[in-house]
Amino acid sequence: MEILVCARRVPDTSENEIQLNRAGNDIERDDLVYSINEADNYAVEEALQIIARVGGSVTVVTVGTEDDEEILRREMAMGASHGVLLSDDAFYGSDGRGIATILKAFVQRGKYDMILTGVQAEDGGTQVGGMLAAMLDYPFASLVNSIEVHDSKKLKVSREIAGGNKEVSEIDLPCVLSIQTGINEPRYVGMRGIRQVASAPIPTHAASALGIDPATVGETGAKVKRVDYFVPVLGKGAEMLQGSREENIDKLIELVAAKGGLK
Amino acid sequence: MVAGTAAPEVGTFEFAGDAEIMLEGTPLALQVTSALVPGRTLFLTIHILGFTSFAYIVARRLVPLLRAQRDLRFDRPLARLANVLKFWLGQWKHPRYKTAGILHILIFAGFILLAIRAFSVLIVGVSENFVMPSLSGSADHVYQIVTDYAATVVFICMIFAILRRLAFKPVRYTVPARYGKAHTADAIFLLSLIAVLMMADSLFEAARTANQLHLSESNELRAVLSLPWLLQVGFASLSVPTLGRLYFAAYLIHEVTFYFLLCYRPFGIQFHVETSLFTVFFAKLDRGTLKPVKWGVPDEHLEQVKSFGVKTFEDFTWKHMLDFYSCADCGRCSDNCPANSVGRPLSPRFITIKARDYAFQHYRMFGNSGYGKPLIGTIYSEDEIWSCTTCGACEEECPLLVEYIDKIVDLRRGMVDDGNVPQSLQKPLKALESRGNPYGKMEKKRAEWAKVKEFQPTCKVKILDGKNGADTLYFVDSITSYDDRMQAIARATAKILDHGGANFGILGTVEKDSGHEVRRFGEETLFIALRDHNAEAIRASGVERIVTADPHAFNALKHDYRDVPPVEHISQFIARDVRAGRIEFKPIKDGVVYTYHDPCYLGRHNQIYDDPRDVLDAIPGMKRVEMKRCRDRSFCCGGGGLMLFYESKEEMRIGVKRVQMAAEAGADVIVTACPFCMVNIEDAIKVAGLEGKMTAIDLTELVEQQIVFEVPAESEAALQGV
Repeated sequence: MEILVCARRVPDTSENEIQLNRAGNDIERDDLVYSINEADNYAVEEALQIIARVGGSVTVVTVGTEDDEEILRREMAMGASHGVLLSDDAFYGSDGRGIATILKAFVQRGKYDMILTGVQAEDGGTQVGGMLAAMLDYPFASLVNSIEVHDSKKLKVSREIAGGNKEVSEIDLPCVLSIQTGINEPRYVGMRGIRQVASAPIPTHAASALGIDPATVGETGAKVKRVDYFVPVLGKGAEMLQGSREENIDKLIELVAAKGGLK
Repeated sequence: MVAGTAAPEVGTFEFAGDAEIMLEGTPLALQVTSALVPGRTLFLTIHILGFTSFAYIVARRLVPLLRAQRDLRFDRPLARLANVLKFWLGQWKHPRYKTAGILHILIFAGFILLAIRAFSVLIVGVSENFVMPSLSGSADHVYQIVTDYAATVVFICMIFAILRRLAFKPVRYTVPARYGKAHTADAIFLLSLIAVLMMADSLFEAARTANQLHLSESNELRAVLSLPWLLQVGFASLSVPTLGRLYFAAYLIHEVTFYFLLCYRPFGIQFHVETSLFTVFFAKLDRGTLKPVKWGVPDEHLEQVKSFGVKTFEDFTWKHMLDFYSCADCGRCSDNCPANSVGRPLSPRFITIKARDYAFQHYRMFGNSGYGKPLIGTIYSEDEIWSCTTCGACEEECPLLVEYIDKIVDLRRGMVDDGNVPQSLQKPLKALESRGNPYGKMEKKRAEWAKVKEFQPTCKVKILDGKNGADTLYFVDSITSYDDRMQAIARATAKILDHGGANFGILGTVEKDSGHEVRRFGEETLFIALRDHNAEAIRASGVERIVTADPHAFNALKHDYRDVPPVEHISQFIARDVRAGRIEFKPIKDGVVYTYHDPCYLGRHNQIYDDPRDVLDAIPGMKRVEMKRCRDRSFCCGGGGLMLFYESKEEMRIGVKRVQMAAEAGADVIVTACPFCMVNIEDAIKVAGLEGKMTAIDLTELVEQQIVFEVPAESEAALQGV
């Protein structure tokens, strides 16, 4: 099973205090620390667990700059066999469709049975996976929270649907799946693991090598443009329950039930 | 086999055989000592069989040790010898458990005393006139009396120990169902065999003495009221041939039991009789330290080490395997383990027992043994290994100085190396890597605690960034820098340092986490990065000493860092000022009762018990009580550092148990000297429903609250002698 995981480097929300820049169209990027988009990390772990069962290899690809190599190395330290960077000045400012276009060009140059993306990017939407599948004319399943390899032609995948029910589908290979967090428990990668792959080569492909027309990607090709970025005004603060412990418990149950948290 | 070859010999034994042989003027026929002569071949066979079997068994037991990892334990022989005298010969730890301890001391002393007698008896079987070279004449007489009593005492102790196992059943001996079957039957079997050995020895001596009295050859009696004495009195009317048969039988029972025990012990809990001397001699000498990833491999070369930590049994060091063999299954470690007491899936006793069972099953007496499968997931569970707070209570208690923390950390190193780390710990570890603290807070905010409006004008905290110099560094560490509640400890510490006239500063944004728990959670590479960064910053600051209020940072700087200036905990600094009379305290008037909780890394790991107590007792009006568990038996608060992020399966919080102990002692306020203890204890007070009845305060906070910062103007005028 040859598996490609599309990953992305994002500012780590748990380790940054996100603030707007002066222009108000982006966040302040000095002093940020980045990490791999969390859902993508689950996708890599899932890919590694699949090949541990059925054999094969895992390639992790990202669209970005040299800075983004750090997440490729981290995923290679996890066990991915290859990391590939798709980098070109022309890619800068791509919208979701642009990213899907770049990835599509890369996918078509190889032979992958399964393409995984994270369910969503922490700094963006949930668009790339679906668009990539459509561009490739591959079947697509989103929000996948378990994968069973049937044979070399089919998978059984499931997702949680509203109300907590589980839906199971069969899907033909090759396909694109967007992976939900919680599908597994990603393994830990420490500094030691990263150092061990520090000198592993990471092939880089530019637009020309991928046969991409620069006009279709990047800022020029983008049909969705960010026009504003703001922090919503905080709503009313937390409600403090006042009363005896028993009263508070009763009130809390009432509140949770009213919001649909209890049945 | 032994019995088979022996049968004809015994059968043809005729006591009054060869009357022509004379012994010291008495016909041999009348000497019971000659009763052994016909059995010589048998006895010699048993000797040879017994001894070679034992040698073979020991050689097989050494097989895994030879495959084990290096462990450098041959340094400082004098310190090791001192340990042997104190902990092995002196049985130092035993009286910590009164009944079992006294029993063991008596049995141990008995064994030591009886050793020469046991060997002489064994030799007598093949050379009837043998006397230990140094034991003749009156020395022998005294030795006989002493050993008569020793055998008697050991015999009584065995009966008592068996009764204890059967009737009193101390809780710590029970084996929880998940760890297998009870060990009682085996324990009683072994105890009974020792009783048999003592009885045989006494019978042997009694028969000989009774015979000598018969011949009026000697008026020598056994030691009055001893077991041999009682037997000999009972034998007075027996005929010489009967005594001879008894003598022969006693010898045979003694010999067979002796060798059976010798060869059986390496299969169970009594192997410590042979191994304890070595375990104690090779015991870890330095508290608070951790073993390196690989002995003999410097940090610079760690990159070349293929695998970190313990994954299979053979990844343990030979000393750690020796520990497994030596464990006497006394259960003291688990009886004191905070994790075990709240139902976490960890019991140090079974860390050892399971490893020993594995070793016995995997390294059998015959055939080759391949290298083993991973231990995690087979004999140990992940939760079991993450449950340890590294408080050191188990090691403090172990009479044989068995090590646990190093093994736990080595097992964690193995899991970290395999990427096998709980999700709840991955985030803080990642944040430590990118931000230098487990909370993922910005580096630039690390010194913000010193910029609080009410504090800043009262106390200047220098940032040692090259522009400012100082001779003392206050190492704050992550929790005290970032946690709103703990920042109060930082400010109190700074004010105390200031009051004490210290020319001090902090590293500010350059400081990173000390890495103490990073290392103890098995992430050695990250620890080394944090350590190297801090050590370089500390050296660059040019300070001459370091002070910290965090015992974990204190332990790291003291034991895990190298080439940094000497480090002191703030309680030591305050205690010195108190003793020198440089601190004046306002009296406490509220009448509340205080108790001091020993943080593990200040107390047990660094032996600082008195300084904080002396400081407290110097405050006028201080009413202080001790909790039942205090000083080296202090009970962990629940664990610091990364342990705050780990969610263990447990029946209750460790901290809750601790505050209940404080309540039991009648305390209203728990004083501690560690920010992590503060987190756990304050939480536990709420969980235990003691809010409003009990509070917690850090030593620095209490001192800052009670200190008289300036001499009031009137008294100054009075001093000037108006």
